[in-house]
Amino acid sequence: MENLSKDSLKKNPEFPKDRLEICISGSGGQGILLAGIVLAKAALREGKNATQTQSYGPESRGGASRCEVVISRGEIDYPKIMKIDLLLALTQEALQKQLPNLRQDGSTIYDSVFVKEPPPGLKNFLAVPFTQIAIEKFQNVLVANMVALGALVGISHVVSRETVKTTLLSSVRQNFQEINLKALQRGFEEADRYLAEKEKK
Amino acid sequence: MSHVIPPVSAQAMLMQGNEACAQAALDVGMRFFAGYPITPSTEIAEALAERLPKVGGTFIQMEDEIASIGAILGASLAGRKSMTATSGPGFSLMQELIGLGCLCEIPCVIVNVQRGGPSTGLPTAPAQGDIMQARWGTHGDHPIVVLSPSSVTEMYELTVAAFNIAEALRNPVILLPDEIIAHMREKIQIPETIKIVDRLKPDQPPEKYKPYAIKEGELVPRLANFGEGYRFNVTSLIHDETGFPSGSPQVTETLLKRLMQKVESSRKEITFVESRDLEDARVVLFSCGSTVRSMKEAAREARQKGLKVGWIKTGTVWPFPDEVFQNLPPNVKTVLVCEMNLGMLVHEVRRSAPDRIRVESVAIANGCFITPQEIVSGIETVYEGGR
Repeated sequence: MENLSKDSLKKNPEFPKDRLEICISGSGGQGILLAGIVLAKAALREGKNATQTQSYGPESRGGASRCEVVISRGEIDYPKIMKIDLLLALTQEALQKQLPNLRQDGSTIYDSVFVKEPPPGLKNFLAVPFTQIAIEKFQNVLVANMVALGALVGISHVVSRETVKTTLLSSVRQNFQEINLKALQRGFEEADRYLAEKEKK
Repeated sequence: MSHVIPPVSAQAMLMQGNEACAQAALDVGMRFFAGYPITPSTEIAEALAERLPKVGGTFIQMEDEIASIGAILGASLAGRKSMTATSGPGFSLMQELIGLGCLCEIPCVIVNVQRGGPSTGLPTAPAQGDIMQARWGTHGDHPIVVLSPSSVTEMYELTVAAFNIAEALRNPVILLPDEIIAHMREKIQIPETIKIVDRLKPDQPPEKYKPYAIKEGELVPRLANFGEGYRFNVTSLIHDETGFPSGSPQVTETLLKRLMQKVESSRKEITFVESRDLEDARVVLFSCGSTVRSMKEAAREARQKGLKVGWIKTGTVWPFPDEVFQNLPPNVKTVLVCEMNLGMLVHEVRRSAPDRIRVESVAIANGCFITPQEIVSGIETVYEGGR
């Protein structure tokens, strides 16, 4: 996932320059919107530009839902995704639906609790049972999104871990700060494990 | 009368378009909101329900959109800066009373966040299908100003402008964002100060006061707010300067022409247009609202392919900025109008552009945000042609 390092924002010589496109996709109620908002806010905190948009159906819960975050050092004109650099999929349907939009060298993170049949030939991926971790470790399924965000930031360095932590604290109510922060931290650990294994290879 | 006050929060932040609209309304002094929440405008009502009472304002969730606009017209007549927010289905219901606002010269701001139509259509999908309805949705000759933001920052700026224009002209102003701009979050730097315009008050004592009398050199009546000691009568019938009904042909014609003249005479101050790379452009793109974002990206891609493409964006949809097309440089062969409907703005451009210019359109109405690719392929199709 070297292509996602912080420096790639500077170096990428191709048009659209300086542009990183992240798609967080799943089902309504999984907290993908909050994850995207925290990510976009964190990017702003680091002096970058970010846009966050969403697509969803008329249902308030349960329908397919997608959150798009574009991060750039320059002005962002087109605020939605053209080709996904980094895909976080929290359901089988979301993964299947978004894969055709993934850049060839793009990376995928998915929740292995809901994605039972990852497409054969998938490259550059990290599979973590986010939902299971949230339930077993935190007794709260709602923080699966933060475990996933931790993994996303942990392996991509699109923003620093410190920045995302600070941003998270300012984005959730005090009662929920601790559990969300711990969930995020747990996501970092998953990322570290992945990065260490990659190192060994 | 205008003054400058610092808004509450002056820092760069990530904000949603709808939140920026609510923030701007509070900053400009809006203190009465009545509405019936509807996607994709709901966050405006949500924010104001929480924040208006804290600044001494009033928030009312009404039984429907007809009642909502009725309430804001009433509040405005009583002196409050008022607003409502809705989407296509609610905007349709409001049309009759928009006409009342125009004829009785009641300042107010109506936000219509466009979604896919007709009818309840596609509640969560972007569209720009209400361009013509915003101009001609209510019956009869009437003046209207319609503004279309293309970023979260413009959502703020044009909300402020909408109130200022409404107050200056004593006319309803329609803010016409689309789902993309309303729901998108991006960076906004809330300005440290904003210009605020307030309606003029009568300069005559109550015994000499005529509500719809027009002073020499002015076009807007100095109507008293209800409850401030002046005799008060407002009617939706054609009326003379006393505010009471009149069937006189002369009164009718003078009134209707003055109403239109209010907006026409302000064209310069209320037209927000930007353009780029027109000097050498063969094809000029034109759009408003979120389509501007795809248009700019498309123009950049086209330039990289060596195509001479420029663009014009407008924040003012009505009155339509005819003058921009009348004064295009001679190198421009084609104007390509980009919009998320089956072709509305394109007819206005055809009407205002000189005969030598060919006007074509990229008109997308499929519930999806228009893409730079769709516009680039439109450019490639028209590039070699022209008159």
